[in-house]
Amino acid sequence: MSTYDRSMALTGQPPKELSRNQKIATLIGLFGLAIILLTAFNVDFPNKSLWLSISLASITIGILWFSWDMYSQKEPGIKNDGVWFKSISSKGFWGWIAGISLTSFYIILYFFPEYLGLVQKGNNTGVIGLFDPLSRALSGNPASQWFVYGTLYTVAILAFGIKFIWKYRHNRYERIRTMSVMFFQTAFAFIIPELMARLNGSSVLNGGSLPYYDLKNMWPLNYYNFEGYRIKGFLSSGDIGFALLIFGILSVFVISPILTYKYGKRWYCSWVCGCGGLAETAGDSFRQLSDKTVKAWKIERWVVHSVVVFVTLMTTAVIYSYLGNDTSKYWLTKSTFLIGVGVLLTSVFALVMIFKREQFQKDAKYGAIGYLVIILALISFHFFSGEGQVFLFKSETLRKSYSFLIGSIFSGVIGTGFYPIFGNRVWCRFGCPMAAILGFQQRLFSKFRITTNGGQCISCGNCSTYCEMGIDVRAYAQKGENIVRSSCVGCGICSAVCPRGVLKLENGPLQGRIDSNQVLLGNDVDLMTLVNKK
Amino acid sequence: MENIVIIGNGIAGISAARHIRKLSDKRIIIVSAETDYFFSRTALMYVYMGHMKFDHIQPYENWFWEKNNIELVRAYVNHVDTEKKQLLLDGSRALQYDKLILATGSKPNKFGWPGQDLHGVQGLYSKQDLDLLEVNAPNKDVCKRAVIVGGGLIGIELAEMLRSRDIPVTFLVRENSFWNGVLPSGESKMINEHILEHHIDLRLGTNLKEIVSDENGSVKSVIIAETGEELPCDMVGLTAGVTPNIDFLKDSGIELGRGVKVNRFLETNIKDIYAIGDCAEQHEAIGNRRPIEAVWYTGRMMGETVAQTICGNKLEYKPGHWFNSAKFLDIEYQTYGWVFSERGKKDYEEHFHWRHSSEKICITVAFNKENNRFLGINTFGIRMRHEIFDRWLTEERDVDYVIEHLSDANFDPEFYKHYEQEVVSKYNSDFGKSIALKKKSLKRIFQIN
Repeated sequence: MSTYDRSMALTGQPPKELSRNQKIATLIGLFGLAIILLTAFNVDFPNKSLWLSISLASITIGILWFSWDMYSQKEPGIKNDGVWFKSISSKGFWGWIAGISLTSFYIILYFFPEYLGLVQKGNNTGVIGLFDPLSRALSGNPASQWFVYGTLYTVAILAFGIKFIWKYRHNRYERIRTMSVMFFQTAFAFIIPELMARLNGSSVLNGGSLPYYDLKNMWPLNYYNFEGYRIKGFLSSGDIGFALLIFGILSVFVISPILTYKYGKRWYCSWVCGCGGLAETAGDSFRQLSDKTVKAWKIERWVVHSVVVFVTLMTTAVIYSYLGNDTSKYWLTKSTFLIGVGVLLTSVFALVMIFKREQFQKDAKYGAIGYLVIILALISFHFFSGEGQVFLFKSETLRKSYSFLIGSIFSGVIGTGFYPIFGNRVWCRFGCPMAAILGFQQRLFSKFRITTNGGQCISCGNCSTYCEMGIDVRAYAQKGENIVRSSCVGCGICSAVCPRGVLKLENGPLQGRIDSNQVLLGNDVDLMTLVNKK
Repeated sequence: MENIVIIGNGIAGISAARHIRKLSDKRIIIVSAETDYFFSRTALMYVYMGHMKFDHIQPYENWFWEKNNIELVRAYVNHVDTEKKQLLLDGSRALQYDKLILATGSKPNKFGWPGQDLHGVQGLYSKQDLDLLEVNAPNKDVCKRAVIVGGGLIGIELAEMLRSRDIPVTFLVRENSFWNGVLPSGESKMINEHILEHHIDLRLGTNLKEIVSDENGSVKSVIIAETGEELPCDMVGLTAGVTPNIDFLKDSGIELGRGVKVNRFLETNIKDIYAIGDCAEQHEAIGNRRPIEAVWYTGRMMGETVAQTICGNKLEYKPGHWFNSAKFLDIEYQTYGWVFSERGKKDYEEHFHWRHSSEKICITVAFNKENNRFLGINTFGIRMRHEIFDRWLTEERDVDYVIEHLSDANFDPEFYKHYEQEVVSKYNSDFGKSIALKKKSLKRIFQIN
C-alpha cells in the first residue's frame, strides 16, 4: 500500500533504477537469447559450435555482469531494497511478461518439440540443431529437446547461483548450500548421465544399455524410475545396471529417511534437488511472491498429499502391469507385489497412528484413513476381478495422465513458468510428491527444526515474506515457538533476513523440539511458569 | 459481560487483548486512530525500503480479529471521562468502558527548534509518518539532501531508509560518538565507522540551531549551532527520542508525569484504568530499567501481565532479565543483562571488550569486579542464544564461566566462522587468566540429562 509508483519502466527511480552497466549486461544477455530465438525461426547459423558458445557465453556474462554491478559496490548484508517496487519481482508488468514467456516455452518444450527443430528421422534443425554439437561431444548422440532444456537449466543454475552467492556473500550457509546445488546439477543431472550414455552397448554393461539416470533424482520425483523399459535397461546392463537399480530402491527406503532424520528434508530439497536448485538460484528473485495465508496452507496439504497418493497408485499399477503370475519364473509376481505394497502402506499408517497420533489435526487423520482405504480397495481389485485388471483404469492410462498432469503441466508449466506470479516453489510446495514424503518424515521423525531465539522476535515479517514455501514463520517466532513444518526446505533465508537474529536452522534433540510458549522468555518467571505449565 | 476498552493497537494493546481473550470471554474493544489493523511498528522502515508491502508487516490476517471476537474501532479518542467511565470518540460518539487500558505509545520529541513545524520536517514513528516520508522524500530528485537530527535507533534507521533510495543524508549527532549514552566506546566507535561506510555524512558533536524556511513554508536548509554552517536540504528528520503520547489525558484526572503514572500492577491512580507500553511511567524505576520503557519487548510483556490482572489474577509487572536488540545498517546488535556506557557505568562494573581485526564484529562483557559476577553482554555481528544468557544470569554465573562456555551461547547460522577462541585468548591476556574454551554441547544447551 505504499504510495510509491510502480512504473512499467525497466529503468526507473532508485532503488529500482538500472545503472548503465546493468543496461549493457541486460543487452548482452538478451543477445544470447536472441541467437537461440533466431534459430527457432530456422535461421541457419553456419558454425553451430561457435554460435552456441557465443549464445551461452553471452547469457552467462550478461547475468554475471548484472549481478556484479548490483552487489559488488555494496556492503555485505541483506539486499532486498526495492524488491516490491520492481515490476519484475512484484507481479507487475514485467513479471507477467516473464511468466507468460516462460509458460509458453514450457508448453512448446513439452508438447510441440517439433517447433524447436526436433526431427525424428534425420538431422535436427532449429534450436535443437544448434545444440547438436554439444550433445555429440558429451554423449555421442544428437540433441533432443531435453538436452536443450538440460543445458539451459544448468546454465541458469550456474549463472544465477553465482549471483545468489554474491548477494548472500556474508552468509556462509547460503554460500555452501548454493555451491552444493550448482555441483549436483552440473555433475549429476547434466554431465554424468550424458557420459553414462557413452557406455551403452559396451562390454562394461554386458552390451546392455542403461536408461538416462540422474542418480540423485529418486522416486517419486523421478516417477518413471521403475517403469518397464527402465527396469529392462537396468537388468540388461550387468552388475552396474543392477547396482543402479538397487541404489534407486535404497535411496527411497533407506538413504533418504536416514538423512532426513539427521538433517531434515533440506539435505535434498535445497542442497541436492534440481527443481530446488533452479528455485533457489534463478527463482530467488520471486521467493517473496508465495502465498502465506492459512487458506493457501490448507489447499497445499490436500493437493500435495493427493499427488503422493496418485503417484503411489500409478507406480503400483505400472509395476504390476509388467510383472508375471508364475512364481517359478520370478519370485516377484503380481500378487506378491500388491500384497507387499498393501503391507508397507498399512504398517506405516498403523505405526504413525499409534505413536504420533496426537500430532495430527482432525482433517489430516480423516484424509489419511480415506486415502488408505481407497488404495487398499483398488489393490484388492486384483484379487476379486480375476486376471489382467488392476484398479479401475489401465496402468497405461494412469501413467499417461500422471505424466501429463503432474510431470508436465504441474512441475513445468505451472511450477516453473509461473515463478514470477506464484513464487519459485509452487511445484515443491503444492505438487512434489517427494517433498511431501520427505516432509512427512521431517515433521514426525527428524532432529531438524528452526529454533526461535527466546523473546527476541519483533514480528516484522521479513521471515514470512521471504519464505518461498509460504510458511508464516513469524506466526511461530512471535510466540517463541520453534518452527517444525513438513514443507520447510531449509533454505535458511528466514534466518538470513531476520534483523534481530531470532531464527536458527539446527539439528537438535527430539525432546522439546517444538517448545511453544504463551508468554515469552524475558518476562516474569512466575508468570511464565503459571501460563506455560501444560 | 465486562467491557474492556483498549486505546492503542500497538504491540502492548494487542498483547493485552490477545491474552485477555485467552483467559476470558469479556467484550474487548480496541480503539486506534492510526490504522485499522495491528502492524509491527519496528518494521515500518522495510516498507519504505521496498523489502515488504504494508500488508506484510501486519502479523495477523484480517479475519483474525473477528474470529477471536476482538472488536476494532478506528477513531481518535478526544477525552476520557473517568466519572462516567466513558470515552469521547472523534468529538462526537461516546464509548462506555468497564475497564480501560491506555496503550497509546509515543510521539517524536520536538525540542522547540526554530522551524520544527515547517513542511518537510517530520519524525518517524507512526504509519502517518511513513506516508509523509513518501511525500517528503520519494526519491533523490525531489529530496536532494536529507538532514537527520538525533543519533539514536530511529535516526540510524531513517538514514538507512533514505540511503536505500540514494538520497544523500547528513546525520547530526549531539554526542561525540554515536549512541554513546548507551553503548560503551569501542562499540560506539565501530558503528561510527560503519555509518561512514554507508556514505552517510555523519556529523558528531553537532547540534541543530534552526531549520530555515523557503517562501512556501517548506524546509530550505538547516543551520548548525557550532559552526553556523548552513546546509541546504529538502527534508529534516527529527529523531531525538520519543515521549509518551498522552496529551488527550491532560484534564482527565489521571495522574501524569512524562507518561501515565502507574504502580507495579500497571494501575493508574483511578480505579479500573491501566496503562501499558511506551506511555506508562513507573513511579519508581524497576531495577536498572528506566521508568518509561519505550521498547517493543517491554510493551508486549506489560500487555501479557495486565491481562492477568484484568482477568482476576492480580499480578505485578515484574520483568525478567533485561534484553534488547537492534540493527545498525548491516550490523545486528543484541544485549542480555546490563552493559552500561562509560557515562552510566556503575562503580563495580568492569568491561571486557573484543573486536575482530577486520570485520565489524565485537562483543563487550560486563562483570562485577568485586565478585567477578557476570552482569551482561553486548554483541555486534554475532548472534547469541537468549535462553542461555537468561539462564546464566539467573544462575548468577561468574564471568570466567561465561567466557569458558561461550560456544554454547552462539546462535549464528550453521557453517559461520566462530570467534570464541579469539575471544578467550584476548580475555586470558587482558586479565592474566588461563581459561580453556569448552566445546559446544547440545546437552548443556538443551539441558538434557
